[in-house]
Amino acid sequence: MEPLLNFLSSLGRMTLNFLRATGDGAEFTAKVVVACIRRPFYHKEFVRQMIEIGFYSLPVVALTTFFSGMVIALQTYTGFSQLSAEGAVALVVLVAVTRELAPVMAALMVAGRIGAAMAAEIGTMRVTEQIDALSTLNTNPYQYLIAPRVLAGIVMMPVLVLIGDILGVCGGYLVGVYKLDFNATTYLINTWNYLKPMDIISGLTKAAVFGFIIALLGCYNGFHSKGGAQGVGQATTNAVVSASILVLIFNYLLTEAFFNV
Amino acid sequence: MTDIQIEMKKVSKAFGKKVVLKDLDLTINRGESVVIIGGSGTGKSVTLKCILGLLHPDKGEIKFNGKNIGMLFQGAALFDSLTVWENVSFAVLQQKGMTRERAKKIAIEKLAEVGLKPEVADVYPADLSGGMKKRVGLARAIAIQPDTLFFDEPTTGLDPIMSDVINDLIVRCVKKLGATALTITHDMTSARKIADKIAMLYEGKIIWMGTVKELDKTDNPYVRQFVAGSSQGPIRMSVKADEA
Ligand SMILES: Nc1ncnc2c1ncn2[C@@H]1O[C@H](COP(=O)(O)OP(=O)(O)O)[C@@H](O)[C@H]1O
Ligand SMILES: [Mg+2]
Repeated sequence: MEPLLNFLSSLGRMTLNFLRATGDGAEFTAKVVVACIRRPFYHKEFVRQMIEIGFYSLPVVALTTFFSGMVIALQTYTGFSQLSAEGAVALVVLVAVTRELAPVMAALMVAGRIGAAMAAEIGTMRVTEQIDALSTLNTNPYQYLIAPRVLAGIVMMPVLVLIGDILGVCGGYLVGVYKLDFNATTYLINTWNYLKPMDIISGLTKAAVFGFIIALLGCYNGFHSKGGAQGVGQATTNAVVSASILVLIFNYLLTEAFFNV
Repeated sequence: MTDIQIEMKKVSKAFGKKVVLKDLDLTINRGESVVIIGGSGTGKSVTLKCILGLLHPDKGEIKFNGKNIGMLFQGAALFDSLTVWENVSFAVLQQKGMTRERAKKIAIEKLAEVGLKPEVADVYPADLSGGMKKRVGLARAIAIQPDTLFFDEPTTGLDPIMSDVINDLIVRCVKKLGATALTITHDMTSARKIADKIAMLYEGKIIWMGTVKELDKTDNPYVRQFVAGSSQGPIRMSVKADEA
């Protein structure tokens, strides 16, 4: 009983904190959106963040999507009747990777890498008064610090996911052909025939939304961190946890919206 | 045009239940150098941040009649990802039609004004000592020729000699720009050197204000205790961590 109560009370506390954060977050989000539209646009910062997100996250995203594609092929084979497996594996890998696995895996990886880095960097700037210094130097911190990160997140996540799509499908193909002994040509033809633009587009749209969520929460937590190094550490953890949860919630909502279920 | 540069009227600010400023009044005339003294945690930085618009007071009115400002932060607050010259010329670089070459030349001039050689221009802040960071912070504060300068504990954390160097630089920079200056500190040596007028902050109010000469003659027991640096007197130091 005791552990259950503890669990419930911590769940309740989490929910309350979450709701409070939602209120503050809405105001913050509005300010960020305005900052993204307004000039000046700091393109140097934008490019730096695009490289940070796109280039340096590529290895982890590539690895996770590749192995996800492989494991899906294996699971589908063991799950389906092995007679009809040849067609099913190609289809399931394609659909699972493009609609779900690539966007969600990439988002969770990027949340852990980039969301944390953004929170730590901006949090350090907050506690060392660098953000105050920006304001005294006629620079809006929302425009200089946050807008480039959020825009880079929106732009680069779909790029990462598109690469993840390709690698995930490759992973499925390798397992299908080299482990399950499918015919290579048939597998490729099946994959090509099952390919629907909507699957890719929905996955990339999700990616853009996730990129926005991750960058926004990284910046939000960093921006509001207080109390020295410990506060920055806390902000970093919060950024990763909250972004991961929101990504999964929005993944569900977007899936519902896209496929009208 | 008025001769008043900064005017605070009945400014109050609390964080949650903790009242920091309570009906604070402060007037600073144009061209004057005012130093606010007070124990740590009495709200000196909060006062400054209210004037700068970085914090919004709960009550009261703040009038600022200056055009542009420069501020030296307690820890210098240099941008880690930028070189020294990019830091100094940060605001300069935002001006229309400014080239990086010209901005760098301006930065090197400003560095010279605070006694730093051109070689440090391309160094990153992480590689500077505390005293050098403060100098770069000062160079950044004066880069766009502000008419109002703010200094938050300019000598805290520096050795006495470096403190004296920074004090001299502050006095020189303020004179050269003809600027109005507001400094906050708990270092009395620094206060005497920089100030035309000294104001003492205690329990959310300015409880005394006068010239350095008047400071030595005042019979205000709070001011006398603070100036003497004595633990005996009406000022009670809180030992609770959350009020430090
Ligand atoms: N952003 C803030 N949130 C909550 N409390 C704050 C904040 N800024 C300052 N305080 C509190 O206000 C009091 C005065 O702080 P400060 O002005 O920094 O003191 P000092 O006179 O040493 O500069 C301190 O108790 C501090 O904890
Ligand atoms: Mg302070």
